This record gives sequence, C-alpha cells and structure tokens, in this order.
Amino acid sequence: MSSPLLTAQQIVKNFGGLTAVANVSVHFDQNELIGLIGPNGAGKTTLFNLLTGVTPVTSGAISLYTDQGVQSLNGKRPAEIAQAGLSRTFQNIRLFKELSVLDNVRIAMTNHYHEGFLASIFRIPKFYRTEADMTLAAQKLLAIFDLTSVADQPAKNLPYGIQRRLEIVRALATKPKLLFLDEPAAGMNPEETADLTRLIRQVQRDFHITIVLIEHDMSLVMNVVERLYVLEHGALLAEGTPNEIQHNPAVIKAYLGGEA
Amino acid sequence: MRANFKYNFSWLAVMVIGFVAIDACEFLGIINAFIENMLVTIGINIILATGLNLIIGFSGQFSLGHAGFMAIGAYATGIMTQTIATPLGFYLSMVVGIVIAMIAALIVGIPTLRLRGDYLAIATMGAAEIIRILINNLKITNGAAGLFNIPPLVTWATVYVLMCLTTIVTVNFIHSRNGRAIMSVREDEIAAEAMGINPTRWKLAAFVFGAGTAAIGGSLHAAYIQTIAPGDFNIMASIAILIIVVLGGVGSITGTFVAAIVLGALDTILQNFGTLRMIIYSLALILIMIFKPSGLLGNWELSFKHLGTHQRKEQSIHE
Repeated sequence: MSSPLLTAQQIVKNFGGLTAVANVSVHFDQNELIGLIGPNGAGKTTLFNLLTGVTPVTSGAISLYTDQGVQSLNGKRPAEIAQAGLSRTFQNIRLFKELSVLDNVRIAMTNHYHEGFLASIFRIPKFYRTEADMTLAAQKLLAIFDLTSVADQPAKNLPYGIQRRLEIVRALATKPKLLFLDEPAAGMNPEETADLTRLIRQVQRDFHITIVLIEHDMSLVMNVVERLYVLEHGALLAEGTPNEIQHNPAVIKAYLGGEA
Repeated sequence: MRANFKYNFSWLAVMVIGFVAIDACEFLGIINAFIENMLVTIGINIILATGLNLIIGFSGQFSLGHAGFMAIGAYATGIMTQTIATPLGFYLSMVVGIVIAMIAALIVGIPTLRLRGDYLAIATMGAAEIIRILINNLKITNGAAGLFNIPPLVTWATVYVLMCLTTIVTVNFIHSRNGRAIMSVREDEIAAEAMGINPTRWKLAAFVFGAGTAAIGGSLHAAYIQTIAPGDFNIMASIAILIIVVLGGVGSITGTFVAAIVLGALDTILQNFGTLRMIIYSLALILIMIFKPSGLLGNWELSFKHLGTHQRKEQSIHE
C-alpha cells in the first residue's frame, strides 16, 4: 500500500438537528485517483467543504501527511488549508469572472511569489522580474491545457466547458498535493466529458498529485478512478475498486432502489 | 524591460506636459487665483477619490468614511505646521497623518470588514463620525472652532506633484500581485479563499492603503485652504468623494480623473448661478446616472500599453 496523504477519521457534521455527514472515515493516498459517488443529498459536497475548511467539522480529525510530518487541518481557515496543498474546483463554477484568464491563473499563484510591497508600488526591477516569472509560469500552464488563445479574455466570456477546464488549471496553479474536483462533468455533453476524462488522466500523470472526484457521470468515474467511496445519507456505504462497487448489492440498492 | 521603460516614459511625459502647461498658463496670467483654487481642489479630490476607488471599485468594499481619514491628515498638518512652519515640517506632518490614518483604518477595518455592502457602509460612516466627534471635543484640535492661520506651505505645484505620486503608487499597487489578490476577493470571496488568499487580509490592505492616501489629501487641504473645522469632514464630505468615484466609473482610475475635473469645473462655473447652483449640480448628477449608470467611463482605463499593442497589430496587418 502506498503512503497516505490525507486522512479523515470519524468526521461528523451537524447542521442544527440534521446530520449531513455521520462518522465518515476516508483516506486518500499519494498519487491516487479516487472517486466519491452517491445519490443527491448524500453529503458529497459537504464532505469536500469539511476537508477544505469551508465549513468546520462538528467532530473528528483531519490530518495531512507532509514531508515535515503529520499536520492537523482541524480548525484551519480555507486559505491556510489551500496553502498547505489542498485545492479544489466548485460544483457551480466560481471563476473570477471579470478578470482575464491569465489573471485567474496568476491569482492562484499569489502565495508563491513575494516581491515585497515597496517593490511593487515603486516598480523596482525586482518587481518586473517577479511579474515576468509569474506570467511565464501561468502561460506555461495555460499552454499545457490549450488555453493560450483565450489568455486575455475575461473568464465570463468563455464557453461552459472551457470555464470548467480553466477552473482545474487555476486549482493546479496553487501547486496542490491534493486536488478536489466537484462534479467536473456536470452539464457537459458526451464529447466534452470524453475530453475531460483525458484531461484528468493527463493532470494526474503529469503533475503527480492525488485527485478526488465527485461525479454523477458513471462512464467518467468508472473509466478513470482507481478506488471509490460511496456515500448515502451522510454515511459511508461502500469502498472499493470500480469493479467491486459495480457488483456491490448495497450500492445497487441505493442507486436503483432495491430492484437488483 | 524596454517596453516597460517606454510605457513608463510615456506616462512621465504626460505628467511633465501637464505641469508645464499649467505653469505656462500661470505665467501668462490665464490662471487667476480663482481658477488656481479650482485646480487645487480638483487635484486634492483626485487624490481622495483615487484612494476611495481602490476601496470601492477594486476591493469591492463600500466605504462611507473617507472624510474621517482625510480629517486625520488635515489635523496632523494643521497642528504640526503651527510649530514647525517649514516645508520640511509640512512633509513630516503629512507622514505623521498617513501613519495615524493607517492605524485608525486598521482599528476600524479589523472588526468592520467582515460586514458586507450596506452594513459596512454604515459601520465606516460611524467610524468617520467617531473621528469627527473626537476632533470636535479635543483641546489640541481647538474643538468645533477648528484651526486657522495654518501656514501656507503648499502651492498648486506641490498638489500636482503629490497627485501624480499618489496616483502612480495606487495604480502600481492595483496592477501587481497585490492588486490581483484584492480583485479576486471582490470577484468571489469563497473561490479566492480556496486559492489560498486570505480575504480579510487583502480587504484590510486595500482599506488601509486608501486611508493613507486620504490623509495625504487632508494634509494638502489643510495647508492650502489654511482653515479647517470638524464640520468640513462630515458625512457630506465623504459623499462628495463617493460621487466622484461613482460618476467616473467604479473601478476606473481614469474615470475618477475625468469626474473630478468635470465636477470641479461644473462647480466653479455654477457659482454664478447663486442658489440655483446646487439644483443644477444635482440635476446633472441625476441625468448622468440615468443615461450612464456605470459612470462616465465604466471600468475603462487609458493605457499606453494597449494603445501600443493596438498600433503594432495594425502595423502587422499593413505589412
């Protein structure tokens, strides 16, 4: 078994009287591609929000394994968690709409460059050097994902499928160790979904990162992931390889309503 | 690097030409004391409105307390230059004003920048009122009577140079890693946070920066007008700066310049109309807002870089 990257132990989230996530334990390993599936309202996005700090957990422990040892992510702000190496995309695309594609990517690199406040307002050569480095890095990333031609466009002008792709590129620009993709294929046609499948494989191969994918499109999930978690009513229903999950009676019951 | 040099040089040329033009008019007697007063007011308003545009247009925080920070700068200069009545004393007082205004902005900003929209507007308005009432009741500020006989240490040239400097610094701040982080918080706070950007920190940076420039405007105001009173920095003063920002276009520094000049000129011309002045002025505002709701220039910016690339594209087509 490969070494773990992120573990969540018995995490619980209550919204008032409603338990959205109940006693879920998951582990994501280095360089793994994991799927997270479940019916609507199963708590998938809530789990993402808990792991990325958008909503605090009611109880349970989230730990990140780094070169410096184990780091607890409990009670950390989303920005700190992002800086620790967890990045994400959103179910309902959240790009910086009025800003250019290039700026969207450069913003994600904010924490990797420090030219200093005085350098930036007085434009000493160091500022131009940092800016040039940053732009070059962003352009390289855009080139890999075929977005060079739209680099100067405002993000809101892009077609839907390209916006999804840009969101993934933006998340990668933060240099994550772990990337959460929240329904990347939502609203895409079969052709776009096929492109996305290739893209996800390419990202995992070229960037050597762990990817966790929430998805309803079974063709996409079963094609790319190595391991799956199934959630239902906020609890973990099953875990296994795509093949195991496809033949798991409990999962079939949850999805098809007990016919099988 | 050479492109940057050319670009910066074009802006420098514009500023020098502007200076020489005003200087020549002054020499030829075209500009009398009345018009000079108008030009200085426009210059100070540009400094104030540029800082407010950074807060409202670029960081997306609606502040109604800009006059409070202006008051801090004005009183720092008013008090200090009475003991050190030299140009050096003026610049020293300006720096002190900037520092105090920035500290005040930090104290105000940390609790209030969590609020959004209308709530933040009311909170910042309250903060400016607190500053005004403090000034009104302190001995060192001479209470409600205010300060007079402040040494005239500022000429139109000082205002012009400081206007250029604050604009350069503000625009440089916006067009940098810092400015992009600030705009990302305006665009989508949740997404910005997920990219590792601490929203409170960057909103605070814009707010404190804006407060610092407001203090510069206040210092110049005190040293040029020579009399200041707490009443000069009430809510109406904040709104007057806000009008310039909204009229010029929220998120356009070029628009702020245009609006400050248009309103300054309008204000001067309308002085011949007596009581009708405020009615015509208000009517002009209403008409502009009806026909151009995004402000005179929207978020358009004058840029030599874009002009340059445009020409180059055209050239390559012709070749």
